Amino acid sequence: MSKSRLLLALAVPAMLIVTPLAAKTLVFCSEGSPENFYPGINTTGTSFDANSQIYSRIVDFERGTTKVIPGLAEKWDISADGTVYTFHLRKGVKWHSNANFKPTRDLNADDIIFAIERQWKESNPYFKVTSSNHSYFNDMGMPKLLKSVDKVDDYTVKITLNAAEAPFLSDLAMEYAGIQSKEYADAMLKAGTPEKLDQEPIGSGPFMLVQYQKDAIIRYKAFPQFWGGKAKIDDLIFAITPDASVRWAKLQKGECHVMPYPNPADLDAIRKDPNVTVLEQPGLNIGYLAYNTTKKPFDDVRVRKAFNMAMNKQAIIDAVYLSTGVAATNPIPPTMWSYNKSIKDDPYNPEAAKKLLAEAGYPNGLETDLWAMPVQRPYNPNAKRIAELMQADLAKIGVKAEIKSFEWGEYRKRAQAGEHQMAQLGWTGDNGDPDNFLNTLLGCSAAKSNGSNIAKFCYQPFEDLVQKAKSVSDQAERTALYEKAQVIFKEQAPWFTIAHSVQLKPVRKEVVDFKLSPFGRHTFYGVDIK
Amino acid sequence: MFRFVLTRVTLIVPTFIGITLLVFVLIRLIPGDPIETMAGERGLDAALHERLLQEYGLDRPVLVQYWFYLLRLLHGDLGRSIVTHKPVIEEFASLFPATVELSLCAILFALCLGLPAGIIAAVRRNSIFDHGVMGVSLTGYSMPIFWWGLLLILLFSVQLGWTPVSGRISVLYFVQPVTGFLLIDTLLSGESGAFTSALSHLVLPTIVLGTVPLAVIARMTRSAMLEVLGEDYIRTARAKGLSNFRVIAIHALRNALIPIVTVIGLQVGLLFTGAILTETIFSWPGVGKWLIEGINRRDYPILQGGTLLIGAIIMTVNLLVDVTYGMINPRIRRPR
Repeated sequence: MSKSRLLLALAVPAMLIVTPLAAKTLVFCSEGSPENFYPGINTTGTSFDANSQIYSRIVDFERGTTKVIPGLAEKWDISADGTVYTFHLRKGVKWHSNANFKPTRDLNADDIIFAIERQWKESNPYFKVTSSNHSYFNDMGMPKLLKSVDKVDDYTVKITLNAAEAPFLSDLAMEYAGIQSKEYADAMLKAGTPEKLDQEPIGSGPFMLVQYQKDAIIRYKAFPQFWGGKAKIDDLIFAITPDASVRWAKLQKGECHVMPYPNPADLDAIRKDPNVTVLEQPGLNIGYLAYNTTKKPFDDVRVRKAFNMAMNKQAIIDAVYLSTGVAATNPIPPTMWSYNKSIKDDPYNPEAAKKLLAEAGYPNGLETDLWAMPVQRPYNPNAKRIAELMQADLAKIGVKAEIKSFEWGEYRKRAQAGEHQMAQLGWTGDNGDPDNFLNTLLGCSAAKSNGSNIAKFCYQPFEDLVQKAKSVSDQAERTALYEKAQVIFKEQAPWFTIAHSVQLKPVRKEVVDFKLSPFGRHTFYGVDIK
Repeated sequence: MFRFVLTRVTLIVPTFIGITLLVFVLIRLIPGDPIETMAGERGLDAALHERLLQEYGLDRPVLVQYWFYLLRLLHGDLGRSIVTHKPVIEEFASLFPATVELSLCAILFALCLGLPAGIIAAVRRNSIFDHGVMGVSLTGYSMPIFWWGLLLILLFSVQLGWTPVSGRISVLYFVQPVTGFLLIDTLLSGESGAFTSALSHLVLPTIVLGTVPLAVIARMTRSAMLEVLGEDYIRTARAKGLSNFRVIAIHALRNALIPIVTVIGLQVGLLFTGAILTETIFSWPGVGKWLIEGINRRDYPILQGGTLLIGAIIMTVNLLVDVTYGMINPRIRRPR
């Protein structure tokens, strides 16, 4: 072959793959690469963002809220005892296609059952494909909760639970419950390449994956046959940009339209830019200091109350959170339904704190430990700095607090085992349900060793309310129960509630109708561009 | 020459074993395991943790794990990432061309500027140019890469708008990797805009990554040249009436090259270190950033495989440097 022919042979295929983009392209400067394209085993928001564009779920969260709305199921019935959910699926839901697979049928009950059984039953051939660590499915208690999943007919699925669980619908709206195609799964299994299901994804969501280059780009195209109607934008691009200041530089230059997690130091400049709007909202999270209520001196509520009054919360927020945090009063964030607005926070009053401590039998103060996480978390930008401020405040009432820290995995394990007297930790909501905070973090079953309740707080009047709220499905009734539970929480003071970190999202002005997700996710269906 | 190369190649085997053992043990000394690191606030149920450790073979004694790792390695299997579950070699192969492209440009940039600057500084010793070059190279050498990168972005991309902020190519071009080297792929595509875009994206990262080697090469060239220029044979050459250019370029430079080539060889290893930061700032999808993420997530297979592959490359470069010595200076390859 002559040189020119060789060049031509190489150049022609390369030319074919350079294609201009359609008019409406939205570029999102994402912060990292997804773990893979199977939401069932994802553990990071970055991965969920990448996957939620591709997959649909049985039910969804309404954009910008925690309200559950129909997804692949257009309606559902719940039995009177709250244990049987019957989902009626939409008809005519189309699947994406790629070079390996062209779907021959629409979505049906088999796909729903496959998606659940893949995470649930070890006998499913896909249980161990990619990974068997179905983290969120396990965390939401599904293995214990599910009794059976049955196909009533092609478009009806019946899920039976072992006990009534009010947050169940919210659990199904979470990203880990994205539905994969059983037909595609079977085809890949037959071809001996089951892992392709999770690497070259086929979903029924608003965008289909066109190209993914690790650490560089994820390219999506609007799926014209999406069951909810085609997206307003034609192309969606995730330009992977790990450095926050560089994301801001790109946004400023118009190289991207939306960016997550701005650097707090850049915020003033971002707010001044006439082409950019900064959307903000307190996130679905809480940072707190937990008192170990099973250990002295924190088994005495007066000591806990005295500590709450001794620490200057506003000073901590001003010094550490800057403009990215709001003071927390209750254990659930103010954006969550059932938040009790009437509760007043413990005032900062060192004198009263000293008096209360003396009443509790510690007129000369006391000694305690004070644990601080070694890492930055979404709800706590600098736990060590916060610990230092707390230490200084506590010294004023005669308390000598020794700051301790461990490697992050070790820290969490030891705190869950209850080795501490006081430890900082926090939480980011999974499903928008108050149960996910009040029961998961403060319930009796979570107070056992290795549970998430590191205050080891198990107080029957509180427990009764939270358990009752879990078993009734009427939201008004649940709201009343949770409001009362928050009053008890404040009286018993198992935590010093620090702050809810604020979600800040710089968005260019040409972007229309981008809504902040309370979960901190990024959804681009429904977003338009001028 | 053959014997010389053979001796050098034989030395590679124990070095390889040393690297695998060191990396294997060191990363296991970092507290926390990959399974723990993946869990969020909720932590992991002890039974599930145990099961997953078993699944990844991490429950066995370290020496047993090492033995199985070596066995797999001999079969050319570097394992799969614990996070993405893709083969390590596949991930490396998809990211490595980006690092090579950037590193090559950086070293070329450093050579093209550093070598002449060092030579001129040596020839015009104590002149303003000499002091200027040495001052600038000292500044360049001491410049923290992170700060330098952001500074250049703010000036050239944000303020002046001359260069793009980050990435390898504008998102407007959809070029599927053929060779992985974007300059070649875009050229093959025949789309002139795509090539220019890839080239313009290379400018800032090249300068940032090339700054330290540039400074080192310039300083090394200057001192090596100064030493050689003081030799008797240079005086003889001048006395013979040879032109200044011939004396410097042919007689002096060739002899001054040995330490310079050594430094260039060492710089290739250092380039990978610099690439880690440069790639993070410029969102450059290369192996540096990949390894850092591997450390953060305790992704053992990535770290073991990545370090081994990079080690192999650095050893190959050093071997080439050794061979080049032999070619430049026959005394090195011939035993006395």
